[in-house]
Amino acid sequence: MSDAESPSDEFEPIEVFPDEETPDLRPGADDCYKCSACDTNCPVAEVDDDFPGPKFQGPEQWRLKRKEDASVDSSVSKCSNCMRCDSACPSDVPLSQMHNTARAEYVEEELSMTDPTYWRNRILANYRTSAFLASKVPRIANFAMNFGPARWAMEKTLGVTSEREFPAFATETFREWWEHEGGADGSRERARAARERRGDDVDAEKKVAYFHGCYANYNTPEVGKAMVRVFEHFGYELVVPKQRCSGTPMFANGMLEDAERHAKVNVSSMGDLVEQGYDAIASCTSCSMALRQEYPELFDIEGIEELAENTWEALEYLRVQEDLSGELSAATVEDESLAQLAYHAPCHARNQGLDGQALELFEDLAGVDAEDVGDSCSGISGTYGWKEEKYETSMKIGDEMFEHMEEAEGEVGMTECPTCSMQMEHGTGYEIKHPLEVVESALVS
Amino acid sequence: MAIEDDVLVVGGGVAGMTAALAAADTGASVRLVTKSQSTLRHASGLIDVLGYADDKLLADPFDALDDLPADHPYSKVGVKAVRDGLARFDDVAGDLYRGGHTEKNALLPTHGGAVKPTARYPASAAAGLASDERDALLVGFETLSDFDAPLAADHLRAAGVPFDVRGATVSFPGEPRADAKITRYAHALDEDTDDERERLAKRVARVHDGEPRVGFPAVLGEDHPADVRGTLADVLDAAVFEVPMGPPSLPGTRLEAAYERALREAGVNVVRRPVAGYETDGENRLTAAIVERNGQHIPHYADAFVLATGGLVGEGIDSDRDGVYEPVFDCHVPHPADRYDWFVDETFGDHPYPRFGVVVDDELRPRDADGRIEFENLRAAGSVVGGADFAAECSGMGVSLATGDAAGSAAGADTQ
Repeated sequence: MSDAESPSDEFEPIEVFPDEETPDLRPGADDCYKCSACDTNCPVAEVDDDFPGPKFQGPEQWRLKRKEDASVDSSVSKCSNCMRCDSACPSDVPLSQMHNTARAEYVEEELSMTDPTYWRNRILANYRTSAFLASKVPRIANFAMNFGPARWAMEKTLGVTSEREFPAFATETFREWWEHEGGADGSRERARAARERRGDDVDAEKKVAYFHGCYANYNTPEVGKAMVRVFEHFGYELVVPKQRCSGTPMFANGMLEDAERHAKVNVSSMGDLVEQGYDAIASCTSCSMALRQEYPELFDIEGIEELAENTWEALEYLRVQEDLSGELSAATVEDESLAQLAYHAPCHARNQGLDGQALELFEDLAGVDAEDVGDSCSGISGTYGWKEEKYETSMKIGDEMFEHMEEAEGEVGMTECPTCSMQMEHGTGYEIKHPLEVVESALVS
Repeated sequence: MAIEDDVLVVGGGVAGMTAALAAADTGASVRLVTKSQSTLRHASGLIDVLGYADDKLLADPFDALDDLPADHPYSKVGVKAVRDGLARFDDVAGDLYRGGHTEKNALLPTHGGAVKPTARYPASAAAGLASDERDALLVGFETLSDFDAPLAADHLRAAGVPFDVRGATVSFPGEPRADAKITRYAHALDEDTDDERERLAKRVARVHDGEPRVGFPAVLGEDHPADVRGTLADVLDAAVFEVPMGPPSLPGTRLEAAYERALREAGVNVVRRPVAGYETDGENRLTAAIVERNGQHIPHYADAFVLATGGLVGEGIDSDRDGVYEPVFDCHVPHPADRYDWFVDETFGDHPYPRFGVVVDDELRPRDADGRIEFENLRAAGSVVGGADFAAECSGMGVSLATGDAAGSAAGADTQ
């Protein structure tokens, strides 16, 4: 560009287009220099030759779409939203943001509401609603959800694969347990006692707001309980604010309106606490990913940036704020079921730079030998692997991880992500633990 | 408390990984922070030390190292560091690489049909040496547009290689889509589920005219490249070699895997997030690099630091309309005030901008505009260091290995 036509200093690319409602993806599209590093990292493109890959779904499709008669290609719904392309890109192209917006546009403009696929995706994406209803009658729901004829009908009418067993609903949700334990008041007392026991300042302001997500609440309350006990051990008072789904399954299904409705509730309740000095902590790495990255990328909600900047993954927080590695290296885990752990780093943990964390923390922990099962994707990607037409792809992607899990010592797996955990269990039959449960076993007797 | 190590390396390219391995060798605890995946996936996989000086092709890079200008990174670290860096590379690469038997440059044909001087080359490319006088057949795939075998053969003949070379194009078994990712070819050959290796060899046999060696685009397997070449060579009764390609590159990806293995064995913890700032002790020592994690800023403490973030291409050196700068620790980068003096008009002329970078002393410590040390415990390595035009000299990998080894060893030694 010559100086004669140089833009003024006030030049702001975002103002080039009058429509400020949606994020301007042009700078991202321009930054792509077509090196194809994203394509070689894409787990779907790896096993599905018909999938054109993240480079096409992102910058190329964005450019094609500048023509008025161009519509979003249906292949965008094959993207599993693992977000691996984001960290593969040497040029900071916001690939997953481009995929999320393209998918939303596809669903809005191309997918008919009379199409069963639309409703199947919407039901899967709104897992929280189903889980909320099922948790009212967990025993009946557990029976009904895995009842053969019902599953056959679900596959035929909705396209939900009958290959998988639905995760069991807990007979007591995490939130019910939390209320029985005295809620925030109980936590304040326990944390205070812990601070006294530890020799910390008894009046220290150690306060965190727990974003448990749907899965820890309805399906694996033991993860939420471990979170509470570990944080209280370090003298933190917890509150468990009102919350909806983080939005992860909704982004992945192009249901951005649903996601925004839930995000507004989360940003409001979590944001109020952040304003009062609380830090937001998540135990599910897809939830923390959503609050940290996808929220500010996709929505314009007051307080969304502040929430993103104050959201942490649970162990990351303790590692930075407390001497977690020191305490772990002085501890011993007696529980023999945790002696050999095959660890899988979820894609969404990788994208937060957390993929090496659990192994590093447990390196000097006596009684635990955690082994990495490689950097492949588990393949389930939330609701993706639940779709009848995606099931095979999902299992093909997971093959490498299953093999490495079988090769690793022991028959217990470990991961931070609830759906990776489903996939690990489905592919190997192993029991799967969350790193917080290991820390609980090491530090909280 | 907190995240703390003896040495923190910022940057995950060859310079950063070499520095991390060298520091770990001194007994230091080392963490490497890199903003994204290693850029080795974009590299040809050839390891050059010095291919050209004064625009002349060099037979032996070590003959020319002493004559480089005083501000060249090789002049700062000295010849021994170049040898140490190569030795460390040989340790990491092991059987994957050749060329360590001599200090002389090897000449390797590239996918464009050029000939590149290089100090080390993948074992998979060894049978393709341009100094080898055996005739060669180059084979391209219909669906792989990045390698046009007849065109590459024409270029090689025009370059005056001492053998006859011919190009032919075949279809790859399974007929992949027109823009299939290169990893699809590699993994099909790795897995060999439908006898892809043998079927490919048979298709090539139809166009093979008895040439004693046959070259393929560098997609012959990611995990089992030697087995893939073995089957092809058996069926064709000829030596088989890979021709290094542009990004994304399988030889680079295989080398990346070798480095990752070495880092794991050395106990180096790797974090894939960008560094967005730093903390000091108020004097001139760094205390932490601030790692950005999706909105959160987390200090990573260390006693010694290595800056290995790359040059203008790798964004370790950045520029805007006002000037050229080093964005992580804000080290001084000398450059002409008028940006029309950053380049010359001839496309392939002697541009100043490729040499932009931080100025270091003989200990690889960056210096400020007045010649003072920027931070006592910071060293720089790789193309963030100014003074080399790695594209014109064919020196990028060698500079990364030599300065990475020197910076990492010194940083590690300081903490022990």
